[in-house]
Amino acid sequence: MTAHQTDRRRSRRRDLMVRCAFVLPAALYMLAFFGYPIVKNLVMSFQAYDFSTFFNGRAPFIGLDNYAATLTDPIFLRALGNTGLFTLGSLAGQFVLGLALALYFRRRFPLSGLLRSLLLLPWLLPMIVSAAVWRWILEQDNGALNRFLEGLGLISDPIPWLNSSDTALIAVILVNIWLGIPFNVVLLHSGLQAIPEEVYEAGALDGATGARSFAHLTLPLLRPVVSVVLLLGVIYTIKVLDLIIGLTGGGPANATQTLATRSYEMSFVEFDFGQGAALSNVLIAIALAFSIVYLRANARAAKNG
Amino acid sequence: MMTSTTQRRPLWRPGRRALGLTALAVPALMALGGCGGRSGGGGGALRVVDYYNTPADDVAIDGALEASAAELGLTFARERVPGDQLVAKVLQMGSSRTMPDLLMLDNPDVQQVAASGALAPLEQYGIDVEDFTPAVADLGMFEGTLYGVAPTVNTIALFYDVAALEDAGVAPPTTWDELREAAAALTTPERYGLAFSATASYEGTWQFLPFMWSNGGDETELDGEGVLGASRLWGDLVGEGSASRSVVNWEQGDAMDQFKAGNAAMVVNGPWNIAGLREDVPELEWDVVTIPVPEPGGTSVAPLGGEVWTIPVTGDEQRQADAAALLKGFLSPQNQLAMAQERSTIPGDAEAAAQFAAENPDLSTFVDQVSTARSRTAQLGPDWPRTAKAIYTANQRVLVDDTDPAEAFDEAARTVD
Repeated sequence: MTAHQTDRRRSRRRDLMVRCAFVLPAALYMLAFFGYPIVKNLVMSFQAYDFSTFFNGRAPFIGLDNYAATLTDPIFLRALGNTGLFTLGSLAGQFVLGLALALYFRRRFPLSGLLRSLLLLPWLLPMIVSAAVWRWILEQDNGALNRFLEGLGLISDPIPWLNSSDTALIAVILVNIWLGIPFNVVLLHSGLQAIPEEVYEAGALDGATGARSFAHLTLPLLRPVVSVVLLLGVIYTIKVLDLIIGLTGGGPANATQTLATRSYEMSFVEFDFGQGAALSNVLIAIALAFSIVYLRANARAAKNG
Repeated sequence: MMTSTTQRRPLWRPGRRALGLTALAVPALMALGGCGGRSGGGGGALRVVDYYNTPADDVAIDGALEASAAELGLTFARERVPGDQLVAKVLQMGSSRTMPDLLMLDNPDVQQVAASGALAPLEQYGIDVEDFTPAVADLGMFEGTLYGVAPTVNTIALFYDVAALEDAGVAPPTTWDELREAAAALTTPERYGLAFSATASYEGTWQFLPFMWSNGGDETELDGEGVLGASRLWGDLVGEGSASRSVVNWEQGDAMDQFKAGNAAMVVNGPWNIAGLREDVPELEWDVVTIPVPEPGGTSVAPLGGEVWTIPVTGDEQRQADAAALLKGFLSPQNQLAMAQERSTIPGDAEAAAQFAAENPDLSTFVDQVSTARSRTAQLGPDWPRTAKAIYTANQRVLVDDTDPAEAFDEAARTVD
């Protein structure tokens, strides 16, 4: 082995070390703030982990008992259904309105910049504040929304937005749509900006204007952005907690109970942290499934692009 | 915490800057962990954790602790936690072995914490509650042992708008029939007769308890006739339009706001509102009666609220004894009277309460209500949270879905089995 070779091997090793050093902070961060909580949550879900565990450290393993209790919980199916409806309804509303607004703001007009930044307002408010204000707006007897609708003559009797198990979930979805519009507008708008003007000019020559240019040019070219928006939307919406807690606390009579609120309730109201962890793992598994779809779609888009 | 930091220091071989940071960090960590004077065995300020953040509460509690500490030559340092974060903070302190020397807990949480062995029995320190109103004494009991004491307590009663009742020609209701009639008579297109809270949280259960208990209902028998009758009353009040269906989404504060705004002529609420009523609606003439009972001559039984002071087991006998001495002084009848005065609460000591009622006619109704009140956790202990949830959920079904109380509470009884 020549000195030259040893030198090269040494420098290669140093190279590797340097590369690892660059990765290390991120890896440590991931381990500490993502890996540890997830593993801890997983372990907790197999333990009888309750109030006293925090003081005496005793948390006996009980196998799948927590999962069995969680899945046979009388509220589980309802919470699962509500989670599905909440996610689907929120996403559909946010996306359609967000896309419409993004298309609207594609045109430049006086004050369009100001208006577009005003649209971000829901994002700037703390969620608990928004929830409190919406609770007033949706109030049955003196709320602004019912007064407004009555004034327009659209309804004769006040709608019990948050006070009926028929409408509470709808009301919560409406508020979440309002909350999610900025996110959709911002991403879709920047996606629209990225479509070159020439495409539309060329399309116009071939007779694609108005609705046709939207269907055959805008939508296909926007597809990568759309899939990102929708998938991130699912992952984000499925775990919404503070909004529902602030608006209805999961009520009335569990009408707005979702997997997230139920899991919170099990852990921090009933102090059964093991069951709460089991249910939140169910939620994580669902979100994970969508994340995998997202990553796959992303990888495919990157390959094609 | 302290040892691990000092052990690690030589291994680091820190540069000058890191050393400076460590020098800053070590005392900070020690203060955070409450290790300050622990090594000294008894020296240093006693660590007190509570959730009194409003100025009036803060000053009253500080004054009473100060009076006790000055007499004993002790010092203390208070840590104020936001109310809704106290339980999380207690769990965190419990798992990191950094419990304070004196800990305030909301009374329904005491049994949970005591059951986990984190609290010291108070008898060994000569603290007793023999002179207390019996139900107040119960607040800090777990399985027959005293773990905490409430210097002052509160409860709920019925506030009413004097002018509105006069205009409608009704007397303050004392029975359920009178309550229904008065609420109906007081209801106008702009105003409901009655407001209360049936929200999806413990507050919704807390407001239901006076009706349930006064009717002979019991938390150990959710499908019993006493419970069903009370739920039926609530359902009727909302069904007849004398109370808004929004009660299912009103917390107690919201119900009070409806009363202040003139949207409700009567409201079920507690004495902590009195200062706010005087300040926000000085022109409103209001009065308070005990919660109406099902039949004339019955006893109105309301739940007790208020905070209980405990001595956590920290392992340092001397500090625990010092904290107990501080607590004993803090609980003196004079201090109870002073705190009751400043915080619109009722002294736990029976004699002090009587004296307080004589001096504060505004609060005398609440003193009466406390004398017959019950502790929420006396029977179920750590099982109370689950039952409380079952109760508010069942009531919400009755109020929003017109479910028959028998069906709603039958299911509630099954969920807590």
